[in-house]
Amino acid sequence: MPTTAPTAHALADVTASDSTLRRFLHGLPGVDAVGLEARAASLGTRSIKTTAKAYAIDLAISMVDLTTLEGADTPGKVRALGAKAVHPDPTDRTTPTTAAVCVYPDMVAVAKEAVAGSGVKVASVATAFPAGRAALDVKLADVRDAVAAGADEIDMVIDRGAFLAGKYLKVYDEIVAVKEACGTSARLKVIFETGELSTYDNIRRASWLGMLAGADFIKTSTGKVAVNATPANTLLMLEAVRDFRAQTGIQVGVKPAGGIRTTKDAIKFLVLVNETAGEDWLDNHWFRFGASSLLNDLLMQRQKLATGRYSGPDYVTVD
Amino acid sequence: MSEKSEKTEKSEKSEQQRLSVFKTYKLYVGGKFPRSESGRVYEVTDSKGNWLANAPQSSRKDARDAVVAARKAVGGWSGATAYNRGQILYRVAEMLEGRREQFVREVAEAEGLSKSKAAAQVDAAIDRWVWYAGWTDKIAQVVGGGNPVAGPFFNLSSPEPTGVVAVLAPQESSFLGLVSVIAPVIATGNTAIVIASEKSPLPALSLGEVLATSDLPGGVVNVLSGRTAEIAAPLAAHQDVNAIDLAGADDVLAKELEIAAADNLKRVLRPQPVDDWSATPGIDRMTTFLETKTVWHPTGSLGASGSSY
Amino acid sequence: MASAFEYAPAPESRSVVDIAPSYGLFIDGEFTEAADGKVFKTVSPSTEEVLSEVAQAGEADVDRAVKAARKAFEKWSALPGSERAKYLFRIARIIQERSRELAVLETLDNGKPIKETRDADLPLVAAHFFYYAGWADKLDHAGFGANPQPLGVAGQVIPWNFPLLMLAWKIAPALATGNTVVLKPAETTPLSALFFADICRQAGLPKGVVNILPGYGDTGAALVSHPDVNKVAFTGSTAVGKEIARTVAGTRKKLTLELGGKGANIVFDDAPIDQAVEGIVNGIFFNQGQVCCAGSRLLVQESIQDELLDSLKRRLSTLRLGDPLDKNTDIGAINSAEQLSRITSLVEQGEAEGAERWSPACELPSSGYWFAPTLFTNVTQAHTVARDEIFGPVLSVLTFRTPDEAVAKANNTQYGLSAGIWTEKGSRILAVANKLRAGVVWSNTFNKFDPTSPFGGYKESGFGREGGRHGLEAYLDV
Repeated sequence: MPTTAPTAHALADVTASDSTLRRFLHGLPGVDAVGLEARAASLGTRSIKTTAKAYAIDLAISMVDLTTLEGADTPGKVRALGAKAVHPDPTDRTTPTTAAVCVYPDMVAVAKEAVAGSGVKVASVATAFPAGRAALDVKLADVRDAVAAGADEIDMVIDRGAFLAGKYLKVYDEIVAVKEACGTSARLKVIFETGELSTYDNIRRASWLGMLAGADFIKTSTGKVAVNATPANTLLMLEAVRDFRAQTGIQVGVKPAGGIRTTKDAIKFLVLVNETAGEDWLDNHWFRFGASSLLNDLLMQRQKLATGRYSGPDYVTVD
Repeated sequence: MSEKSEKTEKSEKSEQQRLSVFKTYKLYVGGKFPRSESGRVYEVTDSKGNWLANAPQSSRKDARDAVVAARKAVGGWSGATAYNRGQILYRVAEMLEGRREQFVREVAEAEGLSKSKAAAQVDAAIDRWVWYAGWTDKIAQVVGGGNPVAGPFFNLSSPEPTGVVAVLAPQESSFLGLVSVIAPVIATGNTAIVIASEKSPLPALSLGEVLATSDLPGGVVNVLSGRTAEIAAPLAAHQDVNAIDLAGADDVLAKELEIAAADNLKRVLRPQPVDDWSATPGIDRMTTFLETKTVWHPTGSLGASGSSY
Repeated sequence: MASAFEYAPAPESRSVVDIAPSYGLFIDGEFTEAADGKVFKTVSPSTEEVLSEVAQAGEADVDRAVKAARKAFEKWSALPGSERAKYLFRIARIIQERSRELAVLETLDNGKPIKETRDADLPLVAAHFFYYAGWADKLDHAGFGANPQPLGVAGQVIPWNFPLLMLAWKIAPALATGNTVVLKPAETTPLSALFFADICRQAGLPKGVVNILPGYGDTGAALVSHPDVNKVAFTGSTAVGKEIARTVAGTRKKLTLELGGKGANIVFDDAPIDQAVEGIVNGIFFNQGQVCCAGSRLLVQESIQDELLDSLKRRLSTLRLGDPLDKNTDIGAINSAEQLSRITSLVEQGEAEGAERWSPACELPSSGYWFAPTLFTNVTQAHTVARDEIFGPVLSVLTFRTPDEAVAKANNTQYGLSAGIWTEKGSRILAVANKLRAGVVWSNTFNKFDPTSPFGGYKESGFGREGGRHGLEAYLDV
């Protein structure tokens, strides 16, 4: 990490060439895996009770990017998802809406209509999600389509092949191009597929690479591989956004996605946010959960807090 | 079927009103209790020839399935901490203690021992688990260590489990002998495919039930019953088996299997005459199935100018 | 809105532990009063509430306990190792079963956070008994020749910082090797040792094998000087350790001492910074810094000092100090008024000598013994806070320029217990570790303990090792 306090402008120099970018990324402090995981685990033992828990559950609900990314998605399925995002718990209208629904580009228009007027955003995966194996112009067309259909947010995947081959500038340029295609209307989430990057050093480098290229959010994973969001990789990305803001003044959001299924898990992630990046990130503008089944567990826990008895899956809607 | 067994007689005498429920003995493979794929069973009798039960007669395919299960379990078991493995082996002892009476009966029937002699065998077997539970986190300290190489290098040798071990359990000592060959194999992180005593497989099959409830991950121990030679042959030749303990083989079979085992250079533990399985074991049964890994790393000096120390 | 994300108190229930109004000495398998009827009170450091009244052992009690241990030694040492092993396994299991109760008890009596007693102390205590249980019937393999013999009666004196863990470190190897013990817990933390006495009874341990004598320093002095004690093991201050060394001089008593420290935590510029920050915090604020192997001196490479200190200060601001029974508490109470005043006076001296003192904003509870996490910068080797063991949550920050200088500074102390090295470069770790005069060197981690791993000091940090195969030697006639 540079020891001076550079501005965004100064950091922009590091992307001047492949070699400067490589030197910068490889100059980031290493990550000790055991220590990182131990820290993540120890934060996981924080106990959240009563009022704090009620707040945390509502906050978590408001951070959910309610997601359906299946080959079998239909307009009907997406409409149902939209309705759920707007009114997560039909029996309790005080329940906050989710942050967004997240769909494939061809479903953006349907989703847009389903959440119209609710404040719920429509996010769309693009850039040949989830593999990202397509030519750049195909990826950009994918993005433009989604934006044109009204997507408020684009979730792109990086070219992991290029990253692992050390072609950092190629990855960077691609993110910059996608960012440009997003225009001013859509925020860009950059998915690293941390499970494929494999090492924590790589995840830290990818985080900085994404932020340098203009990501509004950095996101762990597609949910389509074996290892998705974990407390440790999310902690690492939270450290990255914290350090990036300290150096550049630019705040970037974080989105763990995949594998977060229970309220207990979600609260652990919020503790990570609170203690690592700080409370500035405790807002759905800066932190999201990419999830689908999580929402119902949050709703059941919410009902439990309200009624004092444990709820069951028949008391939340299945979409 | 042979004449009525003692077991049945006794239960009929003492509980005239009630017919006892027989146990169906099954294999123990991958944490589950399958019947033999072959669908075959064979008659198991006590020392006097009375019928005790029908045991599954494992086939080559059962052996193959057991290797797959054992291989799958290697990563988790060898990757568990030695402390954790010790806890689990100790748990086996705890669970056995609770089923002591059952094993005393089974051993007495299998080996034709008096109740007190059978009890001594079972007690020794329980203590044997305790003995190996204590070894899991000590064997590396006894057989590993730093080496003072003549150069600026850190150099450390550590034992590692060899992998999947096929074990031919002793034919005579159906339980103490059995435990004495299984425990050292798994204590160090190997997984095992055990061929029970051909004549007296019931204690081994019951042991599977104990292992299944002792926090031992499925696949770490797999118990097959049947014709020893028939099951051992494919295991000895199997390319995904790393070692074989020939305790339960006679000389002819042992030689044959050792030749087959040479194909992928399995570690082989030849059958050794054991007069008394209750004697305190040494560490040979563990070290036979360990590899030694030596790691080098430069230590160097503190700086380009060398150290002033 | 974000500030609503406050952790509500999450106290561990006290009801899991039942503390009697009074406790006796544990001698020959029975709880008895002191011969002279003396008692003392033990208080909860976080509230100053009296927890119980405990019998105070005098010379006559020491004599009685040593006699009981001597008598028990005959049979205990003659038992087959495998039988001794099973007693120790039983003890280990009962500790595991009762670990929540013991964790709460320890937190009440000591003042340390439940998070630590629950996640560190108690698991380590059980593991220690498990480990040495396994050695009891394997001593022939331990590298001390065939059939190594026990020493006899061990007199053991332990400190208050890890009451039950230090008990485990003392008793487990002693019993495994066939010795019997008389153990004196610290006067501020006698309760967990007395609960342990009950565990010995539950385990059916023969009478007299373990005897527990609460008391003050004079009880300990009587124990170590008792003529029929064959082995003395002490963990505590270097000053008392020297006194004990003088006491046993000229006798045949085998002695091991685990004493003070002033551990250096060396952070190089290529360290994994975020993990180093965690390691520094863990190194000095674990157990309120009341740890003999604490990383109380931070040696940071000058080129990254500012960056590291910024991160460290930010991290310290997230530490939560308060009710030790609250599961979210990171920093608990100081163990005693006496210890608090020692910390306070050393910190004042540090300020007077010109070191720069910093603490995060931190509200201290109104009752009990508390000290805020504290950093000293602008510290040199000449400062008292860089030389004396403070035994509190106080970190002195020094800088270095080269590895040579780091090693020189790290070794420039009368102590030699622990050190930490933070760098991603493996050869640097090994080269520096080779040069450090310390019994335990942690690399890219700190304050890690394991029953299989020997622990103990160089120089005035004491001699002998506890833990691991090496830990057996202290209790064998070899």
